[in-house]
Amino acid sequence: MNSFEILEYIAWAISFLLGLWMVVDLIRTNRAYSEEVLLSSREGDIDDALVIDPTHQGGHR
Amino acid sequence: MTQTTAVHGEKVSLLRVLGPGHVWALGVGIVLVGEYMGWNFAVGKGGALAALIACWVAGLLYTCVAMIDSEVTSTVAAAGGQYAQAKHIVGPLAAFNVGLFLVFAYTMLEAANAITLGYLVQTVGTMAGFEGVHDKPFIVLTIVFLAWLNYRGVYATLTFNLVITAIAFIAIVILFAAVRPWGNEVLKLDGLLNGLPYGWLGVVASIHFGLWYYLGIEGTCQAAEEVRSPPRSLPLGTMTGIITLLIAATMTWYICSGLMPWEYLGQAITPLFDAARLTDSTFLMVLLFVGTMFSTLASANGCINDASRAWFSMGRDHYLPVWFGAVHPKTRTPYRSIVFLVPVAVVFAYFAPLDQVITFSILSGLLGYTYMSFNVIMFRTKWPLGTIKRGYEHPFHPLPAIVLLALCAVTYFAVFLGYGTQLVAMMVFYIIASLWFAFHRYKFVRRGDQFTMAWPRPQGY
Repeated sequence: MNSFEILEYIAWAISFLLGLWMVVDLIRTNRAYSEEVLLSSREGDIDDALVIDPTHQGGHR
Repeated sequence: MTQTTAVHGEKVSLLRVLGPGHVWALGVGIVLVGEYMGWNFAVGKGGALAALIACWVAGLLYTCVAMIDSEVTSTVAAAGGQYAQAKHIVGPLAAFNVGLFLVFAYTMLEAANAITLGYLVQTVGTMAGFEGVHDKPFIVLTIVFLAWLNYRGVYATLTFNLVITAIAFIAIVILFAAVRPWGNEVLKLDGLLNGLPYGWLGVVASIHFGLWYYLGIEGTCQAAEEVRSPPRSLPLGTMTGIITLLIAATMTWYICSGLMPWEYLGQAITPLFDAARLTDSTFLMVLLFVGTMFSTLASANGCINDASRAWFSMGRDHYLPVWFGAVHPKTRTPYRSIVFLVPVAVVFAYFAPLDQVITFSILSGLLGYTYMSFNVIMFRTKWPLGTIKRGYEHPFHPLPAIVLLALCAVTYFAVFLGYGTQLVAMMVFYIIASLWFAFHRYKFVRRGDQFTMAWPRPQGY
């Protein structure tokens, strides 16, 4: 196995890990929050009062 | 554990953190790869002079696009860009089609960029003496890594785009200065230009690839719901973006046409990198290779951002399953749409030929531009100047819309000359999708909820 083949395996491994991370996080997020919250975005919301940042104002419970 | 009550404020929205620089990076980032590769096939179609005419004709087309988009988007400041505009101004069927044009144009462009990046890494491996090197691992890595970046947050994603796009643009400027454009020592335009070898038909045919100089600048609209000040940032980012591209496109043509004969330039894979190699400067070779890689990455990155926003907004309006309309409460991104489009891009990048993928992207974009000309005329007719607040008012209306429509007609003919079958096949696809929407999907759409802009009743209604 030459060093480029090792590079190819590393690329596959990173792709797999990042893909897995996204899928796991997607499932965890879907379970942690209600659909009402996840789908609460409304088009053109520009009122800052409606824009919350869960890391500062709550988040997972 | 399921959260039964809504988070503070009962709403989770996309994050408004972007400035005009990010808008510029989104638009120019998607497009600049077209300067590094692709535009030069216009030279093969009609010669170097034809490519210059195509550069400026397409430049005019996209200047109209940028002006029209700036006005409408500064008013309809919503994710989904032209989709949201069509929904408010034209109607649901047009909006559905425009949404699909956007998703396919950007997802196919993303796939094409991933294929190109894989090819570049494969070429480096082969040049380094390795045997049997593969491009597939790097194609998949490009798509998955950039999707992950997009998933993690829009600010980091577009700041990353800003940095790599700026480097790629500066690389072109440095190469331009290095070939001493004011003299004839390096550039040999006198000897290399040979008129129009295929006549004016060659000029028309070259317009197909002339679009590559600017294809995607309209993507700036997709950031509408994530910029801090849409009426200011969107026109500023879009107009400075098209100015940047007009400069970069003309510089690129000047450098490459002065260094390479048209027979070679017309089929080169990486013309700007080849131009750097001809200067015999290792620094320029490395710089332009980095520029090529960065421009490709930036384009794929912006495409993921834009395709996911369009898909997300269609889901949010029930034009697609509403499941796609979710926002991640922590990263504040349309995470389901981002993840859903990853396998779509991977499948096309893995199995489809590059020229087919590119043509699908160009045609979808072209259909979107055609819609824009009708859209802006309807917009000005239904809501004349003074009836609603606009962040930007484009001049000479309706001339830009008419010019845009005429140039689109010429470009359809140019595409038909080379890819007539694909053009017809794609039209059939969009007609079938429209039938599905009209007879099946539209009953799920909450008609009253679609109109979110606080505008007065349109004139004539």
